[in-house]
Amino acid sequence: MSAGLRPGAEAIAAKGWLGAHKWLILRRMSQLGILLLFLVGPWFKLWIVKGNLNYSYTLDFLPLTDAFQFMQLLVARQIPQTLAIIGVVILVLFYLLVGGRAYCSWVCPVNLVTDFAGWLRARLGIKGGAHLSRRTRYWILGMTLVATALSGTLVWEMVNPVTMLHRGLIFGMGFAWAVILAVFLFDLFVMRQGWCGHLCPVGVFYGLIGKFSLLRVKLPQRAACNDCMDCFAVCPEQQVIRPALKAIKGTPPIILEENCTNCGRCIDVCSKNVFSFGARFGVADTGSPVPK
Amino acid sequence: MVNEIKPKAQGSNAARRQFLADTARMACGVGLLGLGLGLYARHATALPPAAIRPPGALPETEFSAACIRCGLCVRDCPYDILLLAKPEEPMSTGTPYFVARQAPCEMCEDIPCVKACPTNALDHALTDIAKSRMGLAVLVDQETCLNFLGLRCDICYRVCPVIDKAITLDPQTNVRTGKHTLFIPVVHSDACTGCGKCEKACPTEIAAIKVFPLYIAKGQLSAHYRLGWVEKEKAGGSLVAPDVEHQYNLPEGMRYEQGKGLSSAPPGEPPPVPGHLPDVPSLPKAFQGGKL
Repeated sequence: MSAGLRPGAEAIAAKGWLGAHKWLILRRMSQLGILLLFLVGPWFKLWIVKGNLNYSYTLDFLPLTDAFQFMQLLVARQIPQTLAIIGVVILVLFYLLVGGRAYCSWVCPVNLVTDFAGWLRARLGIKGGAHLSRRTRYWILGMTLVATALSGTLVWEMVNPVTMLHRGLIFGMGFAWAVILAVFLFDLFVMRQGWCGHLCPVGVFYGLIGKFSLLRVKLPQRAACNDCMDCFAVCPEQQVIRPALKAIKGTPPIILEENCTNCGRCIDVCSKNVFSFGARFGVADTGSPVPK
Repeated sequence: MVNEIKPKAQGSNAARRQFLADTARMACGVGLLGLGLGLYARHATALPPAAIRPPGALPETEFSAACIRCGLCVRDCPYDILLLAKPEEPMSTGTPYFVARQAPCEMCEDIPCVKACPTNALDHALTDIAKSRMGLAVLVDQETCLNFLGLRCDICYRVCPVIDKAITLDPQTNVRTGKHTLFIPVVHSDACTGCGKCEKACPTEIAAIKVFPLYIAKGQLSAHYRLGWVEKEKAGGSLVAPDVEHQYNLPEGMRYEQGKGLSSAPPGEPPPVPGHLPDVPSLPKAFQGGKL
């Protein structure tokens, strides 16, 4: 990134503002649109979707079951009804197509909160804070499943900010706002990308689906990279970019790392059009990175 | 050679130490978090007395494990009586309940809430709403119940959807006036569904009859208890001793009849003689009459 310029400035110059925000705008439309679909029911008695992200029933036809919720039920030794089982199959197939953690960046309402915290953190120039391994979330995921199995109750659901926020918006917040505020302040002051990038077990569970998913960020033009670092600055999971961008240990020009959220922000901010969405198959290396 | 190997061995040793330390740190930190969550869940999953689960709800511990917290039961309740627990409420966050005093269950014959449930948290085997046991009505305050005070309020009895079965009015002498009858509302657990209509309708400032979750409202006899009169009916005769008319030790010429009281014996009737205890074949020999 050029000194004094915010990430994406070069891309705006090269592609225009709209071109440098295409995926961001689409993503916000997806997040808010999905939320709105859930909200027009209670607001206007227009029941397109009933339920919440845990389980929803669309137009009395399409069941969708959250994969992590389903997993927790199974661990608590509960077998749901057929509709919920159909719902989880549809959902997993969908995320196998679009990328597991696409849930995080295109659907999850907490992402709006943590993205805002991250944006504000950068704007205010807040640096440093606590350090924690990004693997912590896998430990938390394991812990929630073990605790659920041992206690026989859905332990994580007592505190899960993801379901708390979504359910709160649709059915009434109560003190859920305090939990969401805590997540916001944590991301703002304590740890950059703290919640989504280090702690949330829901995200990494979707990441496990994403290991095998089809839609990927590819780097067909990685040779054109001018090391402006804008993609690193905006990426919510920075560690996923470098191997594919710099061909570390012969990594092909495709991000196969499970924690890539397919948010597409790297595509937006790259003035050299290094990145693009594509299928995981048929990777053709159109160029080696410029040796430094 | 030795000098070359040694640093390498030390290096891998240090890496191993680092790995073990990191792992231990992570396991302890996340374990602590899990312990805290588990304890919190344990405290927060007991159902508070005023919260009644929808029809067909599994016993509380299983319910909190099986419920996916989607709120579809809330949506499909035609009377909008169901609420989802907010984080600050002392029960599993996001699970459905109703408060009888605010809005009782209307006991729909087609039980839409149960049909909407995508898991088995609301038991789909429940098809007859009269068989549901959401809770149990208890006449908690005899000092303020208007019927206990001698009025013919009878409202709880009248509004009960299982009228004359779940609540009966049992006449008792009003000993205060000496000449009136008290019509005492008595709840029968074999018919009460716990819908809460009686609590809702109770006209006193604070309801004298309330619905509680079964674990609060219902006692249980020890397993070895037998009800003599029930066993007698099953066996078709007395099991412990043969039925013999009770002998009253009365002055000569007097007799006593149950329910009628003392009277002079009609002349000529022989005074009752303690009879021989006949053998009861169904009894063990040691207990049979004459051998004791």
